[in-house]
Amino acid sequence: MKTCKRNSRFPMFVTLLTLIFLYVPLILVAVASFNSSKYGGAWNSFSLKWYDRLFSERAIWEALANTLFIALISTAISTTLGTLSALALYRSKNRLKGIYYALIHTPLIVPDILQGISLLLLFVTLINLGGSLFRRLFGIELELGMTTIIIAHITFCMSYVAMVVLDRLHEFDHTLLEAAQDLGASGLYTFFRVTLPQILPGIVAGALFAFMLSIDDFVITFFVKGAGDTTLPIYIQSAMRRGTPAVINALSVVFLLVTFVIVFIAQKLITKKSESKK
Amino acid sequence: MKSWLRNISNWIIGAPSFVWLVVFYAIPIVLVFLLAFKPVDAYGGLGEGWTLKTILDLRNPSYPAIIWRTFWQGIVSTTVCVAVAIPISYQLARMNSRWKNVILLLIIVPFWTNFLVRIYAWRVFLHADGIFKKLLVAIGLIEDSTTLLYNQWAVLVVMIYTYIPFAILPIYASAEKFDFSLIDAAKDLGASSFYAFRRVFLPVISKGIWTAVMVVLIPAFGAYLIPDLVGGPSSELVGDKIAQRVFIDRNLPHASALSALLMLAVFLPMLLGKWLNHLRRRRQAREGRI
Repeated sequence: MKTCKRNSRFPMFVTLLTLIFLYVPLILVAVASFNSSKYGGAWNSFSLKWYDRLFSERAIWEALANTLFIALISTAISTTLGTLSALALYRSKNRLKGIYYALIHTPLIVPDILQGISLLLLFVTLINLGGSLFRRLFGIELELGMTTIIIAHITFCMSYVAMVVLDRLHEFDHTLLEAAQDLGASGLYTFFRVTLPQILPGIVAGALFAFMLSIDDFVITFFVKGAGDTTLPIYIQSAMRRGTPAVINALSVVFLLVTFVIVFIAQKLITKKSESKK
Repeated sequence: MKSWLRNISNWIIGAPSFVWLVVFYAIPIVLVFLLAFKPVDAYGGLGEGWTLKTILDLRNPSYPAIIWRTFWQGIVSTTVCVAVAIPISYQLARMNSRWKNVILLLIIVPFWTNFLVRIYAWRVFLHADGIFKKLLVAIGLIEDSTTLLYNQWAVLVVMIYTYIPFAILPIYASAEKFDFSLIDAAKDLGASSFYAFRRVFLPVISKGIWTAVMVVLIPAFGAYLIPDLVGGPSSELVGDKIAQRVFIDRNLPHASALSALLMLAVFLPMLLGKWLNHLRRRRQAREGRI
């Protein structure tokens, strides 16, 4: 009778086991990054030499600069476009809405390899069709490079921003808008003084997600990049093809720490949102 | 008058992103299907004219095995992820908010950790000189000559590892809204824990489960980096083949034909899921629940 009332321990057990599963490989990498031996098998002695090596490697700094450049531009543009599209979706009531929603929503689901190859095909087709014209008219060579990477990043980041902002808009208290309008505020004034402050946490969270997605992306970048372009994920992958170089341990730890901080901030923004709702 | 103004302003704010997505998302998808009918030129690019040859080349004898492997690995990893995510979401939804936030953070961090870093971690973990292998050899579970990496089991484990957070988040989102006093009520009426879980909890989170199945199954069908980095030649998936056709054999039309196939495999279950969901909702509406 008593045992029947108690909650089963099974869910807790699965949760703990999964957390162990999720963290053991990551912890092992973190430990290995402080190990002076090149092969992670046996513990040699504590050392920071891999971090030293990491920070003195020029190629990594170059890749980092590219990654941040791409991420900042695509975050700025995709956050603007995504927020606008969320507003348009939220307010529109006509028949195009379904198509518009599908256009924004499905890129979240389509596997990245398909987004990568479809964009590559678009760029190759455009270069085939317009390459010689551009060369003659403007002296510009159309080719795969930073521009195509940035276009691709904007495309997949935009949908995330739009969805996060749209969520926030759906929780928004309509009576505030009506109140502002009853008090004689103009449409633009209402937007900047009422709507925008309300959805700002959503926009910031969306921008953070966009930034994370951009620095994280390997597959799509790999498809649309030019021959010499490297980003951090591209660098890691090419290093991995040559084996498991110990510098990558240190780089992984840096990545993990950055992720932790950004997720923590985003989480704070989102939980504040749901608490203020209650 | 007002609504007319509103419509115009809606068009203005909606147009840039709409045009962007048409040009850089919708048209490229159409191109994938279109270019599958192009011949290949001498440099691996798109040739002149149109042909059916590229599509017919898909009858490559090695493909059925690869397609089958992609399919069952997708199904197995989805099943495992969802089966694990349900009890975790149940647990999370019941917990008090401080512990809940900690565990949620712990689940979200790997989700956002660089994909390559996660795969790299598994290469270290399963490495031939790694602790894990030494441990297994010491216990006597495997021989010293066994390699843990570069086979389809490694691919499957890393896929599950990667997609578990994808499955937990949507199921948790629907479990969070669940009223747990319903379970206590069921138990007071004599239901066993499991029966209450199955008949009261599961139906409520079924929408979250559907979402989880979609967000795991679809990327799993398109997996490319995982088999490329922890798999071997005998564990290739459709994604690897597409990348090979682009980067190694230089045959864009062939890559586009394969991608068109994958695109169908992705969109058909999605539409099927939507349709089933629609049917289910209609049935529920008829039965007067919800």
